[in-house]
Amino acid sequence: MEDRIIIFFVIIPLFAAFLIPIFGRLVQGFQRVTASLVMLVLLVLSFIVTFQQPGMVTYTVGGWEPVEGIPVAIYMVLDGLSGFMLIIINLLAFMSAFYSINYIKRYTGENFFYTLLCLMVAGMNGVVLSGDLFNLYVFLEISVISSYALVAFGVERTELEASYKYQVLGGLASLLILFGIAMLYWRAKTLNMADLAMILMNGERDAFMIFVQLILITGFGVKAALIPFHAWLPDAHSSAPSPISAMLSGVLIKAVGIYVIIRLFFNIFQLDGALAVVITVIGALSMVIGALMAIGQWDLKRMFAYSSISQMGYVVTGVGMGMIILAGGGDKPTAALAIGGGLFHMINHAVFKGLLFLNAGAIEYATGTRDMKKMGGLAKYMPVTFSSSFSASMAISGLPPFNGFFSKLVIIIAAVKGEFYLIAALAVITGIITLAYFMKFQRYAFYDKPAEQTSAREVPFFMCFSMVALAILCLLMSLLIFPGIRQIFLGPAVNTLMETAEYATKILKL
Amino acid sequence: MSLYIMCFLLFLVGIYGVLTRRNLIKVVISLTIMEFSIFLMLALIGYISGGEAPIIGGKVVEGTPVVDPLPQAMVLTAIVIALATNAMLLTIAIRLYKKYGTFDIRRINELKG
Repeated sequence: MEDRIIIFFVIIPLFAAFLIPIFGRLVQGFQRVTASLVMLVLLVLSFIVTFQQPGMVTYTVGGWEPVEGIPVAIYMVLDGLSGFMLIIINLLAFMSAFYSINYIKRYTGENFFYTLLCLMVAGMNGVVLSGDLFNLYVFLEISVISSYALVAFGVERTELEASYKYQVLGGLASLLILFGIAMLYWRAKTLNMADLAMILMNGERDAFMIFVQLILITGFGVKAALIPFHAWLPDAHSSAPSPISAMLSGVLIKAVGIYVIIRLFFNIFQLDGALAVVITVIGALSMVIGALMAIGQWDLKRMFAYSSISQMGYVVTGVGMGMIILAGGGDKPTAALAIGGGLFHMINHAVFKGLLFLNAGAIEYATGTRDMKKMGGLAKYMPVTFSSSFSASMAISGLPPFNGFFSKLVIIIAAVKGEFYLIAALAVITGIITLAYFMKFQRYAFYDKPAEQTSAREVPFFMCFSMVALAILCLLMSLLIFPGIRQIFLGPAVNTLMETAEYATKILKL
Repeated sequence: MSLYIMCFLLFLVGIYGVLTRRNLIKVVISLTIMEFSIFLMLALIGYISGGEAPIIGGKVVEGTPVVDPLPQAMVLTAIVIALATNAMLLTIAIRLYKKYGTFDIRRINELKG
């Protein structure tokens, strides 16, 4: 297969975003079909490139070859971790686009909705494929600016307020990121991530580098909504249209926040024990505080949004523990277990949190409210929504045989093996709190008697299809715990992070 | 060095504005000031005193240093991005004004908890 196929992950959705507003006016239904079709093509493509192409694929945009061993072109790089992220992004994007076919009729401006969705996907695909730090920043801005617009899509009071808050905090974070990139350029005089890695790995670790790393943790931490920087997330994720909430919570905070942190700190900077501890502590705090804040919420989507903070904490904690062990020269299999657990939880969270937001959208579609106090007895009227949300709730609270149980188990085992007993205990406690608030959701939404006679009906076909597909995935993903299957899906991504220096040497072909 | 310090002061002015202003538009202006302080810093990084513009085929005297063109390209890109962000922010601010009839942040507070 040709290397240039990976650039199509950016080109196809960008081109679709260009076509939709033009032809969407003329041809009835063009925007719905195109968006779903594009996402389906991207999903198939991401499976093909990830599983048929072992190792690493690089593509130099414009075909500029390195001059005297120094790369001058913008690189696009597909390795194990990028392929893994591509699958998550395009899976959720397809489900959301398909779900929107029915759902988005509540709003006006269907064309703009699909245009922005395509732009957001193009930006996120670009972020995970980019091999150039400034290019990564540009793609990041493409995806977050379209997400600002999508959060405000309802143009009511709350949506606008949430979008404004999101933009001010997101803008500050983008500035910090740009500042960090400028400082890195100052030090290394290069922006190519592989070249940068070679220079920084051999360079000394001084106060300047630690300052830059802290700036970058803060910047990407805001994008990933880790605990001290989380203020925008509950507003933004609960105000957006539901398929977009699924995209924001399921994918955006991972692709532009956590993926970049992982990539920078494993493959580009020298592994630093102290910063790894900082990252792990932030992750553990997010895990516990996010869950505690979620339990008091009565707005359905707001509860799910706080729960996203908590679940992202698991991912960051898992990966951070791996980083501590690697930096301290500890037991490699334990580090691989911790990192694998974190990544496994990341794909699981994308599936079940995406599903939960789609469920919330279905409930809002049928009953017109997000307040749990006003719901009740929906199990009888909406069987598909009920059963799919039940499996998602069980998965996120970590009950077997759903996927969430296994990923949390892996993280806890890794914490015990690596002698992080406090983190293991916190992970267990957070799991119990999670179970508590999802029980609350199930009870108030589906079991209690309705307050008044309800006219709720089951939602239309396309919405049901996406929910059922994701619910089945919740079960199927638990197969990833078996070593053979895990090796195929998670192995390449974990290896990319374990062999920290290989990223640079492979790209530069040393 | 003094140029870098003045850049940093500009950054601090911007962050002070973002934190203390109560007017939606003034917050946007403060954010823009911060953006431009970083653009200035980027341009400064590439500057060499007495350097020439690096134009292929231009009339550069042998031996004179040339400034680094890459940060300039980055600044141009970043300005375009900042334009998009500002346009988006101001659009939302105008829509908020239409809904609430005020730019005051203290009176736009429906989201809590």
